[in-house]
Amino acid sequence: MTGVPVVGAVVAERTVHLSRESLVRYAGASGDFNPIHYRDDVAAAVGLPGVLAHGMLTMGLAVGTIGSWLGDTGRILEYGVRFTRPIVVDAETGADVSIVAKVGAVDDDVARIDLTVAHEGTTVLVKAQVRVRA
Amino acid sequence: MPVNPELVGRAFPPTDPYLVGREKVREFARAVFADDPQHHDPAAAAALGYADVVAPPTFAMVVQDRTLQQLLAEPDSGIELSRVLHAEQRFRYSRPIIAGDELTAQLSVTGLRSMGGGAMVTSDAEITDAAGAHVVTATSILLVGGDE
Repeated sequence: MTGVPVVGAVVAERTVHLSRESLVRYAGASGDFNPIHYRDDVAAAVGLPGVLAHGMLTMGLAVGTIGSWLGDTGRILEYGVRFTRPIVVDAETGADVSIVAKVGAVDDDVARIDLTVAHEGTTVLVKAQVRVRA
Repeated sequence: MPVNPELVGRAFPPTDPYLVGREKVREFARAVFADDPQHHDPAAAAALGYADVVAPPTFAMVVQDRTLQQLLAEPDSGIELSRVLHAEQRFRYSRPIIAGDELTAQLSVTGLRSMGGGAMVTSDAEITDAAGAHVVTATSILLVGGDE
């Protein structure tokens, strides 16, 4: 971790482009083969607006944003999120997910990093917070 | 069938040991866009004091998923996969997962709150290593919809 974290400081940010390939790759890596994450017909049949990114993929790529700032993900004590809005991944154009990581609070030896995770200007994860050892 | 309140406190057997492979860690890291060398390069992980590559934080879900499968497989659970939404997820770590770890997960249903015709189900997976030491507790809150 570089320097003493200051509350409100942005420590990392990035935008990740998701394609259908990203979803298939995550399905294979995680073992979550729910077809709503790769089949348009199944997504439509259950009333979804389209094929959705796995919530756990979004959660995973969000925390990956602070990896190099941390220097060691072993410093993470706790990570939690609430899933609020799904991300529709278009077959041709995909979807962009933007992540901004800010210092939310600092205690003696623990910092809380708040992740703002958005797609098309809408927040998709709420209370996405990482507690890290300073 | 509503979600069965007797799931709270029910004893489940620990899952079979899951051996964390180096290539699996790399594959998972690529899938979640975790590019840092500690997830890919054993030498980079060793420089941080780890015996092998370090799994990204949400890799614990791969092991926790086995406990969720146990829950769904309970014949009297009243939980149908097609009506389940993942509402919340949390991990509390004692240490990161490292390639070579042999991990076992112990499921417990810690909370069940009725909501309309459905329910919010909170389940914990206590993930321990081959020595029995705590690695991570993974908590899922599932929103189970009522019958149509």
